[in-house]
Amino acid sequence: MKTVATRTAALVAALLAWAAFTAVNARVGFVNPVLLPTPAEVGRVTLDLLRSGELARHFFTSLVRIAEGFGLAALAALGLGLLVSLCVPLRLMVEPVIEFVRPIPPLAFLPMFLVWFGLGEASKVAFIGYTTFFPMFIAVAASVLRVDVVLLRAAASLGASRADLVRRVILPAALPGIIVALRLGIGLALFVIVGAEFMGADAGLGNLIMEGRVFFNPAQIVMGALVLGLLGSLINTLLLAAERRLLGARAAS
Amino acid sequence: MMAGPKIQIQGVARSFDVSGRSMPALAEVDLDVAEREFVCLLGPSGCGKSTLLNIVAGFLAPSSGTVRVDGHAVNGPAPERGVVFQEYALFPWLTVTGNVEFGPTLRGRPAAERRQTVARYLDLVGLRAHAEKYPAQLSGGMKQRVAIARALANDPAIILMDEPFGALDAQTRETLQDELSRIQRVEHKTILFVTHSIREAVYLADRVVVMTSVPGRIKQIFPIKLPEVRDRFAPEFTQYESDITRVVKEEVAKVHE
Repeated sequence: MKTVATRTAALVAALLAWAAFTAVNARVGFVNPVLLPTPAEVGRVTLDLLRSGELARHFFTSLVRIAEGFGLAALAALGLGLLVSLCVPLRLMVEPVIEFVRPIPPLAFLPMFLVWFGLGEASKVAFIGYTTFFPMFIAVAASVLRVDVVLLRAAASLGASRADLVRRVILPAALPGIIVALRLGIGLALFVIVGAEFMGADAGLGNLIMEGRVFFNPAQIVMGALVLGLLGSLINTLLLAAERRLLGARAAS
Repeated sequence: MMAGPKIQIQGVARSFDVSGRSMPALAEVDLDVAEREFVCLLGPSGCGKSTLLNIVAGFLAPSSGTVRVDGHAVNGPAPERGVVFQEYALFPWLTVTGNVEFGPTLRGRPAAERRQTVARYLDLVGLRAHAEKYPAQLSGGMKQRVAIARALANDPAIILMDEPFGALDAQTRETLQDELSRIQRVEHKTILFVTHSIREAVYLADRVVVMTSVPGRIKQIFPIKLPEVRDRFAPEFTQYESDITRVVKEEVAKVHE
């Protein structure tokens, strides 16, 4: 468990460096100390919001939005990615459209989502879904297209039907790529939830950060960012564990 | 009743489109393979021998001509024609057992029967002790043994082998040739075997079919009249080797002209 010790030490060191810098800054005044919250100030804000239950409310609002938006997009990306990569005429039709839409920064469409879906949950969920769908869809389709033709031939010569090929060869062969696609999507969801909640939201971690700006509370802004970082690394740890369980058997490869 | 040939290749030709131009790879091949016969296709690389094998397997359609198995035209892969590939083509997410029982599982055979089948063929290739390993944990020679067991466990009448030992070191290669020869004496399959090793062909085949360089056609057929268990150092063996080498060399020389 050497890595755990190293990681903990690195995190503690970073925290100490932050505390030391803000302490020195409070005396010397590189920047106005009001603008540079200390660990203690952030800790105090965190405790206050934890006690009032506000932090939990914001946290779970964001979490549910991510889960819903990402979940819907993942299902669609899996289904359509599989369909499009297996059906050549469909692929020829869909490819140019995707190639045009994909480079548009999703945030460019955020106002559109507010107009279409209003200020409620629907616009956030739809926006996360829209943002995460394209990269996941493309990654899923690519991992299906990369399946080695010799494996398909081997299965066909053992008597596999088309349905057998999808279920028993294409899906398991594409699984590592599909997992990468899902991790890409969840990372992106975390990335854009903040943007979505900056505009017209009454809850969520992005809204918490925006509140910190409006009411001039830098400690709250830093806390919001740290909670997002914590959430992101939690999700990543869970995904890595799930990946190890699913792919553990062939880990030696 | 006169039994016809097991595999009948009639006027099979195949060309490929290379940057808009049609390049012939295989020109008008006729070949009959009898039931239980072991035929080696031999020729310089790029002579279309793998193309011919892929057509018999049903992976490729011929540009003209037909392949018949038991009188029925081939129009796609089927479990009666098992295939062993040079690159093993094992399913990396399945254990050795999972790979070997892949065919029987597709046909819905009950678990008890599958267990017996797996045990029988892993014994045959000497891998019983490795049943629960994954392909990534095996050496190249072991992988190819699993691939052979997988093909046999599906009980095909025909086995098509595309340079199956081409990626192995010389030592492993000879061991696997010995094993294949032994297995064939038990299993009596009809085998079409692609190789560019003359020694391998003479060691294994009932007939060696030498193909010409591009576009491939049959140049000469050598029936190998040697005992079932062969000695690589017997004078008759080396005589076949040098006879066939002379014919193959003419073709290799043409490629370099």
